[in-house]
Amino acid sequence: MPVISVRNLVKTYTVGEVIVRALRGADLDVEAGEFVAVTGPSGSGKSTLMHILGCLDRPTSGQYFLDGKDVSRMSKDELAVVRNKKIGFVFQGFNLLSRTTALDNVELPLLYSGGSKMKAAERHRRAMDALKVVGLGDRFHHFPNQLSGGQQQRVAIARSLINEPSIILADEPTGNLDTRTSIEVMDIFQKLNREHGITIILITHEMDIAEHGTRLVRFRDGKIQIDQQITKRRNAGEELAALPPPEDIDIAHIPADPAPEAHGGVA
Amino acid sequence: MSIIMTLRIALKALNRNKMRTVLTMLGMIIGVGAVITMVALGRGAQATIEEQVKSAGTNVININAGNFTQGGVRQGQGMSSSLTAEDAAALRTVPGVQYVSAGVNSRGQLIAGNQNWSSQVQGVDIDFQLIRSWPTAYGAFFTPQDVASASKVAVLGKVVSETLFGPDVDPTGQIIRIRNQPFRVIGVMAPKGQGAFGQDQDDVVFAPYTTVQKKLQGQQHINNIIVASETPDTATVSAAITEALRLRHKLVAGDPDDFTVRTQEEIASLRTETTRTMTVLLAAIAGVSLVVGGIGIMNIMLVSVTERTREIGLRMAIGARGRDVLLQFLVEAIVISLFGGLIGIGLGFALSMGIERFAQWPTSIPADWIGVAFGVAAATGVFFGFYPARKAARLDPIEALRFE
Repeated sequence: MPVISVRNLVKTYTVGEVIVRALRGADLDVEAGEFVAVTGPSGSGKSTLMHILGCLDRPTSGQYFLDGKDVSRMSKDELAVVRNKKIGFVFQGFNLLSRTTALDNVELPLLYSGGSKMKAAERHRRAMDALKVVGLGDRFHHFPNQLSGGQQQRVAIARSLINEPSIILADEPTGNLDTRTSIEVMDIFQKLNREHGITIILITHEMDIAEHGTRLVRFRDGKIQIDQQITKRRNAGEELAALPPPEDIDIAHIPADPAPEAHGGVA
Repeated sequence: MSIIMTLRIALKALNRNKMRTVLTMLGMIIGVGAVITMVALGRGAQATIEEQVKSAGTNVININAGNFTQGGVRQGQGMSSSLTAEDAAALRTVPGVQYVSAGVNSRGQLIAGNQNWSSQVQGVDIDFQLIRSWPTAYGAFFTPQDVASASKVAVLGKVVSETLFGPDVDPTGQIIRIRNQPFRVIGVMAPKGQGAFGQDQDDVVFAPYTTVQKKLQGQQHINNIIVASETPDTATVSAAITEALRLRHKLVAGDPDDFTVRTQEEIASLRTETTRTMTVLLAAIAGVSLVVGGIGIMNIMLVSVTERTREIGLRMAIGARGRDVLLQFLVEAIVISLFGGLIGIGLGFALSMGIERFAQWPTSIPADWIGVAFGVAAATGVFFGFYPARKAARLDPIEALRFE
């Protein structure tokens, strides 16, 4: 049974007096353990699909089964629970809380699940584990403005992992990062996919990023234009080994930027 | 999400913007502080009045000559000659009456040695001391013989005694001149303090009413009678007194009383009422600042919601329900108002004590009003925090995440 199954998904909304037909009947099945890269030009409907898959939005018509359950008819509160438990989000702009430590940022989803009854020590332990998975075992108490872009994105990935979701939805996670850091982030996604069996759906503009996935889905005009397996898959680990070593600057040892919002944190 | 967790999140958020939090709180602090101080002042004034009523004697009924009309000209209270010593004597037989003292009011220049002082000279009967439960500090009050023979004896109030003879001097046996007539000082009253209308009760000289009538004024009527009833039920006794006096004055039904009967309670309640009105007025004005403080909270919460739109979007994306967000912002508003309220109560205490100490105004901090102030502060937080919180909870997560 596919973990995600979408049938004839239509999403229409109005902006002012213009009717936007963002999705015009999309069908998609994603099996557990797949790494799907979604591409397409701006306005092709890929972000709208992402919002619906992420239970942030509901389709105008069509059906969406998540783990066999029809999500398209769930109430707002039920959707919030699904977002909390089953789905992890990673955004282009990281969306970390500023003036809040990496550890506290990672713990955040726990506060909205049973985690609030969890002991503080238990929450910390889980957040630390998640941060170790993304290679930030030494950055627990840093604030977002003391971390580089790549490190911030890793905190965001750790946050998406904390409730052990079956799916991670990443919306252009490398859009704000340089090439090397992008590959580092893709390395983490590939490891999560390979070693933890997490299904990953990733939106990207860049083909070389998309080629880290197992399957490519291309949108055009609200419909899926191309849906194919990726034959020559890139391996981020190998790419990193081939790259020259990074310039040895650790941003954590540069005095903190006086402007706390300097690194795209959420105010 | 548990309430403790919500509280911790709220405290963290408020802590991130300390200056703003403190300034917003200041509105509540001033509002609650002002209300507490105003009420404390009002209650202090009321307590003083109650104290004065007690000092004037509890079961006291005052009868004043008055409402006398002569040829269409109405005379002021106490100015007519409608009351006589016989009226006073007759009241002794009215059921429920315990003590009766006829009173004659006069003023005069007092001279002793090289000192002089203008004061009121009250002619009273011997029961006066019992009615007012007013002991002497030196010497003794006058006797029935003094009253019967209109002897020229005087009992001084503390202020008069100190003015004429100096403090802590026993003037008993000395001679003072009242309107140039020699009176022998036989006693000094214990200090009584301020009366129910703010007058100094110690700035007075007492003499037998017969002496004041005959030696100082040369007339027969009296100005007032004060009566002590046996029980605190002064209303019944004063009705009986009215009945008896109307009968003696041969007033038929329809004639107005040519005297007025007032119980001490009536006099006091009049002033208490005035003070209470003032208290409510002051508290209402102070309450306005509380409302302004509340609007300040609402304003800041609205700014905060807009500023944190992306945070709200993120929280929703990772599983916060509408009510979690609502609660978060509501709790922030309540924390501001409650903390402000608490500090405001402290400020109210400090201000009241300061006023009592430096302005010598009596204050009384009412326990029930502390509860009220705290409740009002909490309610202000809920009321003014709800709209911004609901606005936050109703945000569309997708729009919120895109917000720049």
